[in-house]
Amino acid sequence: MAVVTFSPDDRYNAFITMLREVPSGAGRLSGIPIAVKDNISTRGIPTTCASRILQGYVPPYDAHVVTLLRNEGAAIVGKTNMDEFGMGTTTESSAYGPTLNPADTSCVPGGSSGGSAAAVASGMVRMALGTDTGGSIRCPAAFCGIVGHKPTYGRVSRYGLIAYANSLEQIGPMARSVADVSLLLGVLTTHDTRDATSVPCPYTHTPDPDIRGRKIGVPEEYFGEGVAPRVASVVWDAIALLERKGAEVITCRMPSMAYALAAYYVTCTSEASSNLARFDGVRYGPPADTKLSWHQAFQEQRRAGFGPEVRRRILLGTFALSSGYYGKYYAKAQAARQQVRDDFLRIFRGVDVLCGPTMPTVAFRLGEKTDPLSMYLSDILTVPANLAGVPAISVPCGKSEGLPVGLQIMGPHFRDEQVIDVAAAYEQGCSP
Amino acid sequence: MVTERDVSHIAELADIGIDREELPGFTGQFNEILEYFDILDQVEAAGAPEPDTWNVFREDEVLPPLPRDEVLANTPGEEDGFFRAPRVM
Repeated sequence: MAVVTFSPDDRYNAFITMLREVPSGAGRLSGIPIAVKDNISTRGIPTTCASRILQGYVPPYDAHVVTLLRNEGAAIVGKTNMDEFGMGTTTESSAYGPTLNPADTSCVPGGSSGGSAAAVASGMVRMALGTDTGGSIRCPAAFCGIVGHKPTYGRVSRYGLIAYANSLEQIGPMARSVADVSLLLGVLTTHDTRDATSVPCPYTHTPDPDIRGRKIGVPEEYFGEGVAPRVASVVWDAIALLERKGAEVITCRMPSMAYALAAYYVTCTSEASSNLARFDGVRYGPPADTKLSWHQAFQEQRRAGFGPEVRRRILLGTFALSSGYYGKYYAKAQAARQQVRDDFLRIFRGVDVLCGPTMPTVAFRLGEKTDPLSMYLSDILTVPANLAGVPAISVPCGKSEGLPVGLQIMGPHFRDEQVIDVAAAYEQGCSP
Repeated sequence: MVTERDVSHIAELADIGIDREELPGFTGQFNEILEYFDILDQVEAAGAPEPDTWNVFREDEVLPPLPRDEVLANTPGEEDGFFRAPRVM
């Protein structure tokens, strides 16, 4: 067994934990240094979700995806920084300080998988795992100028992923090329009975950049209000390139986009309020004060252990599920979610994939977004894919104001292959 | 409109401690976000959605448990091989 040594200068604060010497076996990922987001359980390696409440926690088991990486010989060289529990769009809510964007260190790398994106973009690792609940792989991929793919819901096992919003999130690959994203996706999509939502549908595809005759839908709403005109223009140029490669471009409408963001935030905060109830300082994390009463001890423990954004989302979710408000918020959000899904299913009867910008703007300056609602609004173009469970990738497609812009490609359920092919076509088309 | 009192009450339900000086800020943001959520009032609830989901069953097989010492190594309050929790009564 070979040993991979890893001692880069982490000038972007991409890692929470780094391992200096890592054993690496044989397999498809033999000897490749891979970074893993710090909400994915790694036996024997601290896993914190970038939260004080999990400081010092060392998982007694591996997530399914980590077992798969180890089985293919990958060298897991560290755990990457993130927004606390994945709740954010900038990686600034980490208890370990913000990650910087390698493309411009005065900017955020996006989030919540910002550490994984920065580690890949800066060349510290060839590939990384991220997780995507409402855009947390695609946003940092777009902001840092790399490729990131959110698989179809159910294609990758969530066993060992520390849950934030179970019905929305997927683990997925991040890398500098579509080929590497495809290689890593092939390793991750092995069925796992320990996650009841895991579907036996292995990805064994090799990217095929020949997209002649493929139909590409462009939803008008993806170029609507709030999308920076210069970002829109860069993405239209990318779509024009796909047209020159032989694809047919068709504009379409997604009326449910009007409700998508509200439906997403009601759903994810509701699920978070339930999931994060387990952090109480009894089984892991800094100790609860056992001299206080049960509720006093937990309230104090969670006040000190969770940052403001996590507490805000737990409160919002508790409120949305509380008696008298369930019908107004949660039930309506689920009806809206169904409409988003119906819109995708209707549009995919006529097109192979959908294209648009990944993010409405380029990366924000560090400290720029202080108001929670304006931060939430920046997720408007990524959340629809999570609500519907469809696959979506972000590929770098140029720059605006000197910062990377991502082209987002979404496809029908379990057609991650189609999404990867169009991404490969774009990548091939713009390489010299 | 949600008041500071409402936010305190929700915080108690959720076992989330809030400092007194945090309350005005949290309440203001809460109202701003809830106002945005009002767009959902326009969604017609067409009965319960019918997701194409199905139940997944498996045999109830006994598998090796997690290593007890590694699990307990994470607890700040182990006692005789058990977790120690705050008192309930």
